[in-house]
Amino acid sequence: MAKLMIGNAAVAQGAYEAGVRVVSSYPGTPSTEITESVVQYPEVYVEWAPNEKVACEVAIGASMAGARSMTCCKHVGLNVMADPVFTVSYIGVNGGMVICVADDPGMHSSQNEQDSRHYAKAAKVAMLEPSDSAECRAFTKAAFELSERFDVPFVIRLSTRVSHSQSLVETAPRENVPLKPYEKNVAKNVMMPAMAIKRHVVVEERAKKLVEFAETTDLNRVEDNGSRIGVITSGISYMYAREALGDSVNYLKLGMAYPMPEKKIRDFAVKCEKVFVIEELDPFIEEHCKALGLEVIGKDAFTMLGEYTPAMIAKAVMGLEPAAPAQLGEDIPVRPPVMCPGCPHRGTFYVLKKLGLTVSGDIGCYTLGAAQPLASVDSTICMGASVSAALGMAKARGPEFSKKLVSVIGDSTFIHSGITALIDIVYNKGTNTVIILDNSITGMTGHQDNPTTGKTIRGEATRQVDLEQLCHAVGVDHVVVADPFDVKNFERIVREEVERDEPSVIIAQRPCALLKYVKYSGHCVVTDRCKKCRMCMKLGCPAISVKDGAVRIDPNQCNGCGLCVNVCPFGAIEKEAEA
Amino acid sequence: MKTTNIMIVGVGGQGTLLASRILGNAVIGEGYDVKLSEVHGMSQRGGSVVTYVKFGEKVYSPIIGQGEADIVLAFELLEACRALPNLRPGGRIIVNAQSIDPMPVITGAAQYPESIVEKLREKAAVTAIDALALAKEAGNSRAVNVVLIGLMAKNTDIPYERWIDTIKTTVPPKFLDVNLKAFDLGYRCDN
Repeated sequence: MAKLMIGNAAVAQGAYEAGVRVVSSYPGTPSTEITESVVQYPEVYVEWAPNEKVACEVAIGASMAGARSMTCCKHVGLNVMADPVFTVSYIGVNGGMVICVADDPGMHSSQNEQDSRHYAKAAKVAMLEPSDSAECRAFTKAAFELSERFDVPFVIRLSTRVSHSQSLVETAPRENVPLKPYEKNVAKNVMMPAMAIKRHVVVEERAKKLVEFAETTDLNRVEDNGSRIGVITSGISYMYAREALGDSVNYLKLGMAYPMPEKKIRDFAVKCEKVFVIEELDPFIEEHCKALGLEVIGKDAFTMLGEYTPAMIAKAVMGLEPAAPAQLGEDIPVRPPVMCPGCPHRGTFYVLKKLGLTVSGDIGCYTLGAAQPLASVDSTICMGASVSAALGMAKARGPEFSKKLVSVIGDSTFIHSGITALIDIVYNKGTNTVIILDNSITGMTGHQDNPTTGKTIRGEATRQVDLEQLCHAVGVDHVVVADPFDVKNFERIVREEVERDEPSVIIAQRPCALLKYVKYSGHCVVTDRCKKCRMCMKLGCPAISVKDGAVRIDPNQCNGCGLCVNVCPFGAIEKEAEA
Repeated sequence: MKTTNIMIVGVGGQGTLLASRILGNAVIGEGYDVKLSEVHGMSQRGGSVVTYVKFGEKVYSPIIGQGEADIVLAFELLEACRALPNLRPGGRIIVNAQSIDPMPVITGAAQYPESIVEKLREKAAVTAIDALALAKEAGNSRAVNVVLIGLMAKNTDIPYERWIDTIKTTVPPKFLDVNLKAFDLGYRCDN
């Protein structure tokens, strides 16, 4: 019987059935559940790597050693792994290798809206693009076989709506794919100029073969409904188009995003009077069509921004205006994400805001430290940049500026790419202060273990990276561990450390409030000693609000973490035990 | 056959994902094609969360646009207002009459609208209940989601037994009794 699966789980199922042996990834929304789903298959070695570059290289090594391997990341993770991707394209594979990348049109949980299809073209690797969960399974399975046939890694490109939508999937048992022999092959596997020059020739020949394949494969499908209007589309856009336009147009559904066919597209287009290219984000298919000399309508009718909808397509292609929707008739306040009640980061940002420091931010739940009322983060770029960008700021403006500047970075993000930047600070005589927000988990992506948690992806105990020792080892003499909920002490430590004329690290240690072993109990109540100074309101805790002039704490939201008790200058908030 | 479109909205952390899973599993038990669309990640941190559930003979798009939802199942009043434009003419809003202040209201930058249920009733058919009270009655305030699924179940063609079977296979055994009770309290609610 068919099972209901999110696209990500279906990718994992396809890889499992294809006999994948090694999977290494770094978490990133919307890709995380692919790797998490692999955990259910005991036959597969699966790991969280410290970052995407490492993960990709583990997968390359496994492929080289003869195993089918996979690495999964979000779009910006592909930037981190770009270096090995561009060269493994030259090396090719031994065991089939699949790279899954999940784009995030609409930026539900990302810092940019990049279109990862460009990578396939730039790195000269092949790319498939499924439209629903059944295709996620089928395309992933096919990708392993094709990877071996064409001696190239295949990329599976997903988007949030494919990754996180559930639809029905038929499953099959795992194929018995034996480990291929490992043979030393310097000409293929050692990429220095003499060999790489020869491999580049192979890459270009392979590109032609892949185009020939794209002309004939069922992955690229024509649905001829005898219409004069043609639609060329792929991925989730195909589903939107199908819903909006039904059988009233012809479709060329490109399951292979790169390379694209030429003759197939031409043959499809010449039979139509008007051809629309419907693709979210960049005009990737459109530019290919135009390079073939075809007249198509793409971004002249569709936006490059955000996600598409069936209604948008019905309007652009058929000129159908949707009926005016029902409206409340007044402003509806937005509900931005917030730090959870009990979040350890709240204590840190409360202190940073109070001290008026410039805060170089990073990627994680603590990016929410940029939102009101804590509003203390000055910048967010990419994983690890809080540390390096702060060094740049300090070098640009001098050591005095550095005394009013801190970096904030999570434990997992620090391991991912903050540590190299900390080494830069030490090596180049920076005087920065870095605050590692150690909440003992990779938080925003939904609780993944990492090298600092002491557990593997399968929950097995492993050697734990000691952040304190690590910072000492790279040459930071002043490393202080502090609890961000002990706000007075934490404030004193931050004041001291930023003043130093040498690098320092503060490890703000308190586990994520959502971790199962974190047991806050009872809840906090405001007593009649409250002077309405509203100091507690500065915490931005979703449980604390002002109703009819009085501060109140919602017992349904409060988990009794007690941070507000510590912050109240009049001792007016008390903790009440569970009734 | 037209697809049935159900939109589940709430605040991150309220358990909308479990609700959509119960609904999805009940629907495939009935032999329909089905698609669900969820958003994970940042919005789960106390932000607005939306899940689309669509079922019928064949479903293409996993999302529900403006004026397309047959039912809006709202876990919170303000989120019901936000989803109102998605409701089709003649559709029904089922709402948990609970208000959770978003941060702009807490900081005083915005006002939480008053008398929301009355205002929604001017625009659509509305069923409003205090699901939190019923969840507490069932034995766990976190069972709001299953109370609401119970209330919604009455508005579908899916038989009672299918729901019960689905809850038994979807919910962890430890919480089964509470959830079965919560479902019944919602299902038998007179609103």
